[in-house]
Amino acid sequence: MSALPLIAHDQPTAVVAYRHGRPISAAQFLHDVHALAWRLPAGAHVLNFCADRYWFAVGLAASLVSGKCSILPSTHTPEVIRHLRAFAPDVFCLSDDPQCPIELPQLLCTQPAVALNGSARAPVRFQVPQIDAGQLAAYVFTSGSSGTPVPHAKTWGRLVQCVRAEMTRLAPIDPAQCAILGTVPAQHMYGFESTVLLPLQSGAALCAERPFFPADIAAALRALPRARVLISTPVHLRALLTAEQALPELQLIVSATAMLPANLAREVESRYGATLLEIYGSTETGQMASRRTALEDQWWLWPGVQLTLSDGQCSVHGGHVEQPITVADVLEPTDAEHFVLHGRTADLVNIAGKRSSLAYLNHQLNAIPGVVDGAFFVRDDSHASLAGVTRLAALVVAPRLDPAHIIKALRARIDAVFLPRPLLMVEQLPRNATGKLPHHTLVALTAQAAMQQPHLFA
Amino acid sequence: MSEHALPTQTTPHIDALALEREIAQLIVKGLNLPLQPEDIDPEAALYGEGLGLDSIDILEIALIVSKQYGIQLRADNQENARIFTSLRNFAQYVAEQRIK
Repeated sequence: MSALPLIAHDQPTAVVAYRHGRPISAAQFLHDVHALAWRLPAGAHVLNFCADRYWFAVGLAASLVSGKCSILPSTHTPEVIRHLRAFAPDVFCLSDDPQCPIELPQLLCTQPAVALNGSARAPVRFQVPQIDAGQLAAYVFTSGSSGTPVPHAKTWGRLVQCVRAEMTRLAPIDPAQCAILGTVPAQHMYGFESTVLLPLQSGAALCAERPFFPADIAAALRALPRARVLISTPVHLRALLTAEQALPELQLIVSATAMLPANLAREVESRYGATLLEIYGSTETGQMASRRTALEDQWWLWPGVQLTLSDGQCSVHGGHVEQPITVADVLEPTDAEHFVLHGRTADLVNIAGKRSSLAYLNHQLNAIPGVVDGAFFVRDDSHASLAGVTRLAALVVAPRLDPAHIIKALRARIDAVFLPRPLLMVEQLPRNATGKLPHHTLVALTAQAAMQQPHLFA
Repeated sequence: MSEHALPTQTTPHIDALALEREIAQLIVKGLNLPLQPEDIDPEAALYGEGLGLDSIDILEIALIVSKQYGIQLRADNQENARIFTSLRNFAQYVAEQRIK
């Protein structure tokens, strides 16, 4: 089996990361990686919870050189952690937060490495570790429909192959000359690939911070002393435009996690004078296609990735995709290398880049003691907020519970972005003869409830 | 609070309450919250438990106050921990920082 380098930076002084605009060299990075690898406990599974992207990358690399597998759930509710413990009983949590709330054995990665610091160590020869392409690097998770998160195994070779394909799409910019700033967490598949693996494998510098407010994004970009790439989402891009936020010069803007409307893409390009590349991917497949949304409708597949359509289901294989994978979206191939995206299948929900399924959310709602029946549904875009986000609504039959109790119970089970707004108490759900709940009847019942409980629809 | 006893503080205090109410209305409307503005406990935490807002909500609030009051919120602001502890503290911050 072939081996692939941990990082593409081949000089000890090459910049691997910036924190607040200050460079961190490849030599320092490898020092931190080996120091942390030495401290990792025996377990083979590492829940990498580091919020600081540099420490996340150190944790990932230390896990790789120790033959350990990173566990990357997209959400960290007590319910998900409970499932992860069952999935990998030896899992421990690697965090950069001394008050980390995750209920797992903890290792604080930012602690000084006592055994290494203070000793007068001779400078070690700069040598980039090689990682076996077949090594299991990470498990990422989708929510599944039965209430149990579904693991997807990612080998080092396939992850590297995927982001190397992404690199070819960033042309004509030279990633090795750029700093890559992300507004998405490193634990999210898109953030994992584009804000951590892409810089490590292209020789670019990653940015430790994850700016949040529009003014933070501008300040973090201004602090970077070299060409800048912004890895973001429709929510953050819309927020930048809404806040009329000025940004320093950008080489490239990348968006993923949710469909970016073409008019928003054009507005971003003209406001910030940079090309906007939109990426299509999923947790199961990883990134697999891109398009210049301001100018084109069709998506261009990564080299070697192919689509097959049968029985209305689209499956992906080839390239970095190991086994054929059925995609949850409705894709129409237009030729061997392109497709048109017609939207998501009805069950999927995506709120500000967090993905779940109505089946999963309904399962969690109905698992709450005292809930007799309940259903989530997607509201139409007329309810979208300033940042362009539309929340879910839920109808619940639970004669002995009050809504606040149900929200509290849901909070322990599902990510907060999926909490229903509003949650409406009803006497029964309008199920049809097959037990299904047609969307239009849910909307009608909601409208009716809105008349009776107008304060819920302020 | 002892300043309540001082007559000179009465006018700003009424203004502060009005601003608090105005911000509560903006938040409830902007975030589609299933409650009435006066249901927000001015002393309860905005984030997490309490009012139960999440990070997208906080981003929305940043957009609302930038539009309405010309304030740019920053995550690395030392005051942030205090600002979001309650509607009352948030309203006070807006009163201090607003430029429109």
